[in-house]
Amino acid sequence: MTSPTDQVAQLADLAATTLLRFATAGSVDDGKSTLVGRLLHDSKSVLTDQMEAVEAVSAQRGQDAPDLALLTDGLRAEREQGITIDVAYRYFATARRRFILADTPGHVQYTRNMVTGASTADLAVVLVDARNGVIEQTRRHAAVAALLRVPHVVLAVNKMDLVDYRESVFAAIAEEFTAYASDLGVPEITAIPISALAGDNVVDASAHMDWYGGPTVLEHLETVPVSHDLTACPARFPVQYVIRPQSAEHPDYRGYAGQIASGVLRVGEAVTVLPSGRTSTIEGIDALGESVDIAWAPQSVTVRLKDDIDISRGDLIAPSASAPATTQDVEATVCHVADQPLAVGARVLLKHTTRTVKAIVKEIPSRLTLDDLSQHPDPGQLVANDIGRVVVRTAEPLALDAYADSRRTGSFLLIDPADGTTLAAGMAGESFASQAETTVQADEEGWDF
Amino acid sequence: MTTAAHLHADSGSDAPYALSHLDALESEAVHIFREVAGEFEKPVVLFSGGKDSIVMLHLALKAFAPAPVPFTLLHVDTGHNFPEVLEYRDRTVERHGLRLHVASVQDYIDAGKLRERPDGTRNPLQTLPLTEAIQRLKFDAVFGGGRRDEEKARAKERVFSLRDEFSQWDPRRQRPELWQLYNGRHAPGEHVRVFPLSNWTELDVWQYIAREGIELPEIYFAHEREVFSRNGMWLTAGAWGGAKEGETTETRLIRYRTVGDMSCTGAVDSDAATLDAVIAEIAVSRLTERGATRADDKMSEAAMEDRKREGYF
Repeated sequence: MTSPTDQVAQLADLAATTLLRFATAGSVDDGKSTLVGRLLHDSKSVLTDQMEAVEAVSAQRGQDAPDLALLTDGLRAEREQGITIDVAYRYFATARRRFILADTPGHVQYTRNMVTGASTADLAVVLVDARNGVIEQTRRHAAVAALLRVPHVVLAVNKMDLVDYRESVFAAIAEEFTAYASDLGVPEITAIPISALAGDNVVDASAHMDWYGGPTVLEHLETVPVSHDLTACPARFPVQYVIRPQSAEHPDYRGYAGQIASGVLRVGEAVTVLPSGRTSTIEGIDALGESVDIAWAPQSVTVRLKDDIDISRGDLIAPSASAPATTQDVEATVCHVADQPLAVGARVLLKHTTRTVKAIVKEIPSRLTLDDLSQHPDPGQLVANDIGRVVVRTAEPLALDAYADSRRTGSFLLIDPADGTTLAAGMAGESFASQAETTVQADEEGWDF
Repeated sequence: MTTAAHLHADSGSDAPYALSHLDALESEAVHIFREVAGEFEKPVVLFSGGKDSIVMLHLALKAFAPAPVPFTLLHVDTGHNFPEVLEYRDRTVERHGLRLHVASVQDYIDAGKLRERPDGTRNPLQTLPLTEAIQRLKFDAVFGGGRRDEEKARAKERVFSLRDEFSQWDPRRQRPELWQLYNGRHAPGEHVRVFPLSNWTELDVWQYIAREGIELPEIYFAHEREVFSRNGMWLTAGAWGGAKEGETTETRLIRYRTVGDMSCTGAVDSDAATLDAVIAEIAVSRLTERGATRADDKMSEAAMEDRKREGYF
C-alpha cells in the first residue's frame, strides 16, 4: 500500500509515463471480469465510492465477498444477465505506466468485439480456466490476436486455486497454447498462472506457486515494450485536412494536417504524393505549435512542402525512396461485423486511412473457421462474426500496404453506402504470419496462404 | 530542442521514438478533430467553460493553427451556472474570435416546454434544448468533453457515437471502433456525437492543463465560500435556491472538481490553490470525480445509461 506522500512523490514520474493499450479476451466463465476487477482493485485504481457500490450490490445479492466483476459490468442488460455485451474501455495507471484496456466479451457471437478491441491493442490477455485448458474459444482468441497482429500475447491460466496450484497443469496448458499461437505467427507469448479470485499473480506475487519465477500480470504489463515497430516502418502520412488560413498574417501558408501512421518524417526529405505520384521536398513540420526537424508515428503534425502542388484530404505523403504502390485490386482478410450479410457483387464504400472510395466485392474465395483454421471455399456471403477472404475492386487507386507491414495503412473498413453501417474490418494481404491454414477441399483459386 | 515530443528515457527499448502518454492522447484528440473537419459539413463544440470543454477547445485551436477553428460553439445554459464560469466562457469566446450559440433551459421553462423539477436540479432538463438546438441549427457533428473513465455507461461510449433524429443512443447498436478508422456516415437528420477526450482520465486532463499553462475559471481552485450541506455535498446558494430549514450555511475553504449546475454540483474541502496542488490532491483522492460531486449521477445505478439513451451528453 503506498501512502499519499509516496503517491505525491510519484507524480513527477506520472507526468512522463508511457501509454499501453491492451485487450482482454476470455470465455464466458473464465473469470475475466474478476481478473479485470482484481487488476483495478489491487493496483489501487478503484476508488472508495466505486468499491462501496460494489460491496452494497454484492451484499444485496447475498454474496459473502465483494464481487469484483461488478466493477466492470456496466449496462443494465449485462447486470441482469451477468455477461458483458460490448467492448468497454477501462483506465488505470501505476507509477510506471498509463493503461487503456479494451475489455471484450469472449463468447462466440462476439468475435467482432474482440477484433475491435485487438485492432488498437499492443498486447492481448487471453484467459483460460485451468480446469478446462485450451478449448475452442481459446484457439479462437489466439487466432484473432494473430490475425490482428497484436505484438504481445499473455496467456493467463486462471483458477489455479481450483487445481491445487499444480505446476504440471499450468505447464501443459502453457505448452499447448504457445505451440498453437506460435504456429499462427504470434511474435511474443508470456504464460502466467493466476487466481483472479484469490489474487495470485495478478498484481501481487502468489504465495502458493513458488515454482513460478516470472512476472505477475501487472508487472508484465508495466514492463513490456510499447510497440514502436511503427517507427521502424517506412513513413506514411495520410493527409486529413489542408490548413490554409489565407490571413494577413499568413497569406501563403499551406499546411497538410495529419497523424503520422508509421515511420519517421524529416525536414529536407524527398517525398511522393499518392495517388498522383507528384514529388516534392518537406520544407517544414509543425508539431502542434512547435517547428521541428523530425517527427514520428503516432504524432499529429502539419507538413509543409517546397512546391505548391495539388494535395487534398485522402492523399498520402510518403518518402520517395519507400513509397507504396497503388492498386485498385485489394485482396484481404475481413472480419464481418454487421448484422446484414456481405455478398459477392455488393457495392460498398471502402475507407482506408483518410480516403473513402467506392468499391465492389468481386469475390469471397473462402470463409475461415477460427476454431480449427479450416477454410471453406466460396461461401457466397459472409455473416456477422465471420472471418473470410475477399477480393475487392475499387473505383480509385489506393496506396495500400500489407497489414503485416503496417496495421494503420494496411487496414480498412467496408461501409454500406445506403445507411453508413460498418460492414467489415479489412486487413490487406495474408491472414497469418505462418502457413497454418488448412483447406477443407482443394482450392481451385490457388490462394497462396 | 528540435523535437516537440516529450521524450521518455527510462527504458532503452522505448527511445528515441517514444511519446509520453500526454503527447499520445493529444495526438489522438487532434486527429479526431481533423477527421471531423474533413468529413462533416457543420460541426459544433459543446462549450460550458468547464475544464473538459476548455481542454477540448485548446486542442481544437492547436489542431488547425495557424488557421482559426472551423467550428462554432454551443452552450446549453441551465440558468443555474456559476457566474465565474459564464464570465470565463464569454471572455474565451471573445479572445479567440469564436461564435457561441446558447440554448437556454430558462427560455424553455418560461415557454412552458419544460417544467422545473421538485428538487430544483436542472441538469436533466438540458436534453431537450440540446437536441432541439442540434436539429434547428442543423449540426451534423457535436463535440462533447465526455470521458470514458467517468462512469460505467460512458465506458461503453464510442469516440464517434451515432444518434438518430431523436438524438437517441442505443448501446447495442453502436458501430465498432476499429483501428483509428472512424466511420461518421449518417443519414440526413442524424448526427454524430464526437468525444475527443474519450481516452483521457481526470488526472490526464489536469496534467495537460498544467503542461500547457491553460487558464481556468477560479472556482476550480481553493477559495473561501459560503456553502451549506445537502446529501453530503457542499452547495452554493444562488438563483436556483439555497439552504432549507435545518440546513446551515457556513464559510469554508473549498474548491470545485467539476462545474455544472449550481444546484447539484458540490464543492470539496480543499486548500489546493495552485495547479500543482490540485494535481497532487487528485492523485491521492479516494473518491471519483462524479461520485463525490455530482448528485445527478448518484440518482440510480442506471441513471446515466437511461439519460444517454434519451440524447443527453
